[in-house]
Amino acid sequence: MGLDLDFTPVIESFPALLDGTMITISVTIISLIIACVIGMLIGVVRSNGNSVLSCFFNVYVSVIRGTPLLVQLFIWYYGLPRVGIMLPSFLCGILGLSLYSSAYISEIVRGAIQSIEKGQMEAARSLGMSKRQGMTKIIIPQAIVRMLPPLGNEFIALIKNSALISLITIHDLMHEGTNIISTSYRDLETYLVIAVIYFVLTNISTFILRSFENRQLKSQAN
Amino acid sequence: MKYKAVTLEKINKFYGDNQVLKNVDFSVNSGEVVVLIGPSGSGKSTLLRCCSGLEIAQEGDISVCGQKLLNDGVLLGDDELNELRQDVGMVFQSFNLFPHLSVIENISVAPVTLKIATKENSKKTAMALLEKVGLANKANAMPANLSGGQKQRVAIARALAMKPSVLLFDEPTSALDPELVGEVLQVMKLLAKDGMTMVVVTHEMNFAREVADRVVMIDNGIIIEQGKPDDFFTAPKHPRTQEFLHTVLNA
Repeated sequence: MGLDLDFTPVIESFPALLDGTMITISVTIISLIIACVIGMLIGVVRSNGNSVLSCFFNVYVSVIRGTPLLVQLFIWYYGLPRVGIMLPSFLCGILGLSLYSSAYISEIVRGAIQSIEKGQMEAARSLGMSKRQGMTKIIIPQAIVRMLPPLGNEFIALIKNSALISLITIHDLMHEGTNIISTSYRDLETYLVIAVIYFVLTNISTFILRSFENRQLKSQAN
Repeated sequence: MKYKAVTLEKINKFYGDNQVLKNVDFSVNSGEVVVLIGPSGSGKSTLLRCCSGLEIAQEGDISVCGQKLLNDGVLLGDDELNELRQDVGMVFQSFNLFPHLSVIENISVAPVTLKIATKENSKKTAMALLEKVGLANKANAMPANLSGGQKQRVAIARALAMKPSVLLFDEPTSALDPELVGEVLQVMKLLAKDGMTMVVVTHEMNFAREVADRVVMIDNGIIIEQGKPDDFFTAPKHPRTQEFLHTVLNA
């Protein structure tokens, strides 16, 4: 029995796949921005040691990192209505992905900040700068360069993890693919095409980040 | 006019159970150049870092430029401390230049951030300081492309940009290749001649002999001997000083 591949149903439904891709891209980008803002905040607070806030964020990071993303998404989508909070599925997807990613980004931020030599802050402080000025003018600009490579990994993980939002009824790329399969029964063909689209998305983002990284490195070394 | 630029009274400093400064009394007159020497681990760097509040002594009083930096083991509040630090420059062994900023930005970042000077004025001041340390042609270079001696001269210019009343040097030449030590000492001599108040932790005995008004020997957290360089180097009194000088000068 030969392998009988027929891509016609997938190609005929390609506009739907493109719509799904646009949803995937927009959910990912919005989540990414929110995750970066929250992650930056948590990372900076946690790198500064022991405040009440930092203890709270410790718990936050370990809970978010210690539980599956799918479970978190289900809690936001199916659980929140039980306590009277009804969010549209699109928002639940963004909420779930951005909180999940923010925990990882905060660790990247914290690690990068703590990797900057102690003498940098000492030099800033000895010139009369406050801790905050030292942070914004001296430490964070250097830390950002060190954050970029691990942030790239995180962005890729976020794009791929976004496939899970199809399970809370968001019509993303994965969801549209599942629809095509349910009418055409062409599962292998459909999954292959979806895989290629995800592959293209992750590699475009890798490329963008890498060129940004190179530009940062160049500007520090000319 | 001879007022005290720095005064330390009854300073006790511990790291855990280890006491690194033992009831130290020490002061520096305005315009004076004081060199601190002593074996490694003797507490001389710690003493210096206490003078700008980078280390906090658990007991004692410190005044800098007429203001109380440490009051019975309690450090000045953050805002006042930041202001006081503008008056006390610090030069580090490992330079601690800001690697993401160009040479001229390294010098102007603090005056601009602290709104002491406008951008243009601080650039002008920075250029004048670079001229002074002999690096005007490196204004737009990045620190990574400088030699150790050049880095340290930029670091000195950076400290001078805040127009400090006192400059503290923490082993400024110890991280340098031998042939680069001279250019840094040259700049420091220039500052001494200009009447800058300086406290220098160093192993450069020739510098101490030539430039210092007073040499202070610290051993095991205690100031065991001090005096004018001529007396100090030709006729040290304390056996530990004799031993130490014998070791360093015959190295």
